[in-house]
Amino acid sequence: MARLLPKRDAVIIGLGWTGAILAQQLTEAGLNVVAIERGPWRDTASDFNIAYIQDELRYGIRKELFLQPAVEAMTMRNNAAQTALPMRDYGSFLPGHGVGGAGVHWNGASWRFWDGDLQIRSQLTRRYGAKKLTGLQLQDWGVTWNELEHSFDQFEYLCGISGKAGNLKGQIQAGGNPFESPRSRGYPTPPMKMSYAPSLFARTVTELGFHPFPTPSANLSTAYVNPLGVALGQCTYCGFCERFGCGNYSKASAQTTILPVLMRKPNFEARTECEVLKINLTPDGKHARSVTYLDAQGVEYEQPGDMVLLCAYGLMNVRMMLLSRIGQPYDPVSGKGVVGRNYCYQTSAAARLFFDGKNFNPFIGAGALGQTMDDFNGDAFDHSHLDFVGGAQINCIITGGRPIGSRPTPPGTPRWGAKWKAETAKNYQNSMGFASQGSSYPVRENYLDLDPTYTDRHGRPLLRMTFDFPDNDIAMSHYVSDRMETIAKSFNAKSWAVSRLKKGWDAVPYQSTHNTGGAVMGADPGTSAVNKYLQSWDVPNVFVIGASAFGHNGGRNPTGTVGALAYWAAEAIATKYIKSPGALVPA
Amino acid sequence: MHTDARSLSRRRLLASVAAVPILAATADFFSASGRSISGQVPWSPFAGAPPRPVNPLGWYFFTPGEAAAVEAIVDRLIPADHLTPGGKDCGCAVFIDRQLAGSFGQANSLYTKAPFAVGLPIQGYQGDLTPAGRYRLGLRALADYTHGAYKKDFVQLSPAEQDAVLNGLDTGKIVLKLKPGFSTREFFELVLQNTMEGFFADPLYGGNRGMASWKMLGFPGARYDYRDHIDKHNVRYPRDPVSIYGEA
Ligand SMILES: Cc1cc2nc3c(=O)[nH]c(=O)nc-3n(C[C@H](O)[C@H](O)[C@H](O)COP(=O)(O)OP(=O)(O)OC[C@H]3O[C@@H](n4cnc5c(N)ncnc54)[C@H](O)[C@@H]3O)c2cc1C
Ligand code: SF4
Repeated sequence: MARLLPKRDAVIIGLGWTGAILAQQLTEAGLNVVAIERGPWRDTASDFNIAYIQDELRYGIRKELFLQPAVEAMTMRNNAAQTALPMRDYGSFLPGHGVGGAGVHWNGASWRFWDGDLQIRSQLTRRYGAKKLTGLQLQDWGVTWNELEHSFDQFEYLCGISGKAGNLKGQIQAGGNPFESPRSRGYPTPPMKMSYAPSLFARTVTELGFHPFPTPSANLSTAYVNPLGVALGQCTYCGFCERFGCGNYSKASAQTTILPVLMRKPNFEARTECEVLKINLTPDGKHARSVTYLDAQGVEYEQPGDMVLLCAYGLMNVRMMLLSRIGQPYDPVSGKGVVGRNYCYQTSAAARLFFDGKNFNPFIGAGALGQTMDDFNGDAFDHSHLDFVGGAQINCIITGGRPIGSRPTPPGTPRWGAKWKAETAKNYQNSMGFASQGSSYPVRENYLDLDPTYTDRHGRPLLRMTFDFPDNDIAMSHYVSDRMETIAKSFNAKSWAVSRLKKGWDAVPYQSTHNTGGAVMGADPGTSAVNKYLQSWDVPNVFVIGASAFGHNGGRNPTGTVGALAYWAAEAIATKYIKSPGALVPA
Repeated sequence: MHTDARSLSRRRLLASVAAVPILAATADFFSASGRSISGQVPWSPFAGAPPRPVNPLGWYFFTPGEAAAVEAIVDRLIPADHLTPGGKDCGCAVFIDRQLAGSFGQANSLYTKAPFAVGLPIQGYQGDLTPAGRYRLGLRALADYTHGAYKKDFVQLSPAEQDAVLNGLDTGKIVLKLKPGFSTREFFELVLQNTMEGFFADPLYGGNRGMASWKMLGFPGARYDYRDHIDKHNVRYPRDPVSIYGEA
């Protein structure tokens, strides 16, 4: 029997990026909030200790800060004809664990999606006709740019993002991204200093007529005090950033932006090392009563709440909804149902260049240190005569030259022995790369559901991921790889190689922790699991916050938009829902 | 790998947490497990979990025969030359031994529940053996193979013969008698990956002795501040590497 706890105004599942934002905003609004987090408490001084955080084996390779598959794994397959098997180790993506979630060890590339993403079906249909989108389940997000702009701004000012505006209230700014949607003000801090490789990249692509700009970064160029009064330090370009916590308080995360304020509030409580198993509904299935969770010793508790905010990371949000029977599960055969629908990923390729006589000093880096060009992203270029929609940003980001993981050698080099060693030694300082990060558009066959065979340590079904790169996205990626060939050639390097994405998503090599969709937001309950405020259509006192709400994935990292949606939902709860609980949008 | 240090520090942390009235509001509901944190930012001095350097003497996991084979393998994967000492003298075999004796070797963090099915390459390793178990079986199968082909242990082969065997494993020309769900290729990849980890990791784990690989690359190691060099483009970084425990 679960031990019944006193009721709270709001119960938050997961104290990562979105959980911390929701907790901060709702405690400000006067609610009594408890956040239940599966992983441990983590703070900078103890857990990202500057004396030993720069340990590639421990954090980068053995992945100490991440979710361990022993705690929760997922199964995967490329298509319904295959049998899904568990990812016995996480590879392609690495979910977070513990206070701060994946925000602890993210890179910090902090993007806004574009106006055109939110209205993707209407805009592409208007420009190219509906036929162009055949086979793609693209849909509008039910929210507009003007509604969301303020929330993007809030997240950027919370973090202190370092960048250069490209479009201030419609005025294009030299040196910024001319393709971005209009922003109400500039970034809170100036761009980071650039190391050699991104500078060379910017020069080279400018000569080709493209528009590079500093990647907006949550690794701060300068010390910054955010609107909550929390101070962040200047990034030291230490090169142990993604997969690591920052020992310098320089990377925006829940730890460095919110927790010092949130934790001191009397109307907030965090419970760590407690795993939520289920959201319990009233018998009619229309109202969430409580959540059931286990503490580290396996003692079961029931925590009642007036509302439940699912902030457990997009994929885990979807699994929790399926386990708790919130919303109709998606069926890829009929195309009906919404939970698990429109799962998308990221479509990427890489270029590697080899020179003689250079000192790129690849170890001087940061998670989001670099230059980006968006000339071939989204709908920034004309697709009338192309056989795909979507696009990719091209990034030259130097995250660090940690040598277990990063030892480039020219194609054809043996992987061991004397020749391997000589080439490794020669090319470490002489190589640089850049990469595309492309959109991922929804198709009927890509989806999430519960696995029929494999279970977690508590005997509950694992999430099953059925995903492959759709033909549209492969065509897009190849088009961008062709452009990358042209760019690579212009460097006059000794040799270079550009990869080309193949069918058959592979769960083993790391690609990106940018899993989107599965509990999509929208205006139509027939094709979305949550309304424009991220409120469940079926259980209105449940809000589902995260990239699970994305109708598709754009050619950029998700968290700037995830953070914006978190603020957007929090505002709706604080200004509308609390006053009159119930559905904020009639179904 | 760090479980011990971690639980030690957690015990310390819990002890120190108990000393301050941090559990106040909901103390009734929480004994030792799960933490309730409210009203302050919990932090206690010395709560970190620094890594423990390995003791380089002896073998914790390998039998003497296995150790000899692994020393010979890492010495061919990373041969001694003017750039660095060989894999053996760099401590790669000691590194692998300590990894296999610890949580990595036991697959503590991995999903190890049945059923075990033979999967597709895109689904990654699907066997039921832990990394330690894979070494044990793989090294025995390698010994069987070299005895069949050369009537010798791997370590007794000439360097050229050793290279030929390793090449055969790498390219799939040699197939060892392993078990379903664990291919020769997977065995070779595991050994190659762990050898490179040992060669390039911080020396505290037993490999990369004298920071040999970092010196070879010009990688400054555990340094944490490059603000003085970020805009010195195409200029060699002037300082030598340091390791976490300050070895120079
Ligand atoms: C290596 C890496 C690099 C990245 N780089 C970038 C980048 O450069 N730019 C970018 O935009 N994004 C990046 N991301 C993604 C980014 O980290 C996530 O988008 C972001 O953290 C998502 O926030 P969230 O609140 O949805 O999830 P999280 O921050 O992961 O928080 C979810 C929390 O819920 C907890 N939880 C899950 N299940 C339960 C349960 N059942 N009970 C209790 N608690 C639970 C988890 O432990 C976790 O703490 C990166 C991610 C990784 C791993
Ligand atoms: S690169 Fe900068 S932001 Fe990233 S961990 Fe190092 S100091 Fe922190």
